[in-house]
Amino acid sequence: MSTTAYAPPAPGGLSRDTRPGLGRLVRVELRKMYDTRAGFWLLLAAVALAALAAGLTALTGHDDSRNFANALNNSTQAINFLVPVVGILLVTSEWSQRTAQVTFTLVPQRARVLVSKIGASVALALAAFVLTFLLSAAFTAIGGKSFGSVGAWHLDGGIVAQLALFDLISMLIGVGLGAAILLSAPAIVASFVLPVGVSLVLELIPGLDHVASWIGQGEALSPLSDHALSGTEWGRVVTATLLWCALPMAIGVVRFVKGEVR
Amino acid sequence: MLQTMIESNGLTKRLGGRTIVSDITFTCRPGTVTGFLGPNGAGKTTTMRMLCGLSDPDAGSSTILGVPFRELPNPGRRVGILLDASAQHAGRRGEEVLTLSALTIGADPGKVPELLDRVGLPKRAARQRLKAYSLGMRQRLGLASALIGDPEVLILDEPANGLDPEGMRWMRELLRDFADRGGTVLLSSHLLHEVEAVADQLVIIGGGKIVAAGTRDELLAGAGTLVRAAADHGDDRLSRALGDAGLTIHAHPDGGFIVEAEPDDVGRAALAGGVALSRLGPSESAGLEQLFFDLTSGAADAPDVPAADLQETAR
Repeated sequence: MSTTAYAPPAPGGLSRDTRPGLGRLVRVELRKMYDTRAGFWLLLAAVALAALAAGLTALTGHDDSRNFANALNNSTQAINFLVPVVGILLVTSEWSQRTAQVTFTLVPQRARVLVSKIGASVALALAAFVLTFLLSAAFTAIGGKSFGSVGAWHLDGGIVAQLALFDLISMLIGVGLGAAILLSAPAIVASFVLPVGVSLVLELIPGLDHVASWIGQGEALSPLSDHALSGTEWGRVVTATLLWCALPMAIGVVRFVKGEVR
Repeated sequence: MLQTMIESNGLTKRLGGRTIVSDITFTCRPGTVTGFLGPNGAGKTTTMRMLCGLSDPDAGSSTILGVPFRELPNPGRRVGILLDASAQHAGRRGEEVLTLSALTIGADPGKVPELLDRVGLPKRAARQRLKAYSLGMRQRLGLASALIGDPEVLILDEPANGLDPEGMRWMRELLRDFADRGGTVLLSSHLLHEVEAVADQLVIIGGGKIVAAGTRDELLAGAGTLVRAAADHGDDRLSRALGDAGLTIHAHPDGGFIVEAEPDDVGRAALAGGVALSRLGPSESAGLEQLFFDLTSGAADAPDVPAADLQETAR
């Protein structure tokens, strides 16, 4: 025993020899997302974008397109524009701002840190989807008064699940890219440029254009928000997710766990 | 009770074929402050990063509280670490940095205001984002972050950087108090006077190797005598008198000489030369400073190194 009297842990706290649990680490990672100025405004921008898309769909445009399904679809696609950036920053801001060395001295098992970041990203993706759902419902309710068309509230449960999955895959693509590149700006640029670049190359090389539907990020994943997928289309979602999410994530795990923190 | 709170056992790090630190071995006992001293680039930070599990050694090993750092279940509650006060998110508020650490390790976030007060950060500063912090404020925040888990061991890399003299004195008192209550402190510095007054033990590193280690008194033993001539007699006469007595002398930058002899012999030599003295005594910190300079300024001062080797080093 040490001669010094150390304070017992506070209620809800941890003793000196209790490993911080994953639930605790996930909550800390979520907090890190909004407790910086940049993180806060990014999340707010994502919400604003989703609201704008839902609002524009439900309140303007042709009467027959002003329904819940369209509002949800459009606002999901809008928020999916920023969701990968949220995923990227969840990993890279620690390296760019060098807080990783503080995090790793508190939690030396780096794989646990990465797992808790992935956990936080899944929670954020689901929260983003719930938010777009509620925003779309709210705007449909407002817009509904002015046109009152039949079937304004019709929603296909399968499509809703696909939209949620689309959100989740977009988020994990961001996390994987972030972990693989570890620097905020290059990772964000890559997340916007790489999918377009790959599609372009596949389109330009004769005989490869059919490959694009299997590995092109937009080609393979965007049907998720459009219609109930066929078996082949699900296959394409799997191949594209392997390439754009699993591959960078695998590289990222190695870099995150083994990389020298400066 | 553990007798060794920090143990570095032959820690060695190579980078691109170059050896950055080599065979660093020392231990820190409870209730003591250890000053890890060396010029910039000597390998202090590299060694501390290995101790804290941020970097893998190429040879050797280390333990904190008897186990490798990474095997501590909740290290934040046992070891307080400040490696780089600038390594914080510029867009985060000061108090939030501490709250994050507290939440991660399961310490009480309600202690944050008290801790901010303890490290001398006013409420207004706590609400500010780190972008607006000076280096001194970041050091204070970093120290608060290291203390939040109520640890037994503190590992601090250049914590006095950016602190004003009042801040340095405050920090010395805080560390002394921490050690007096049974804690163990390892702090690095490139400035001798920052750690000399507070450290029970000094580990001096130069060029990636430990060049001297021991208590202040151990290092000072044989560090010589500081002597100064009275103003009207002048250092020239003194230097001649000491030379006549066959004593080896080094000019001290603040005037006078450090003599490799006991004060008695120096006094007799001055008497024989008829020189009045204004100061005569053990060299104390002047000698330690000289020692630190000699030890860490590398091979250039060592007489037994052939000139060709020196040229090689210079390049």
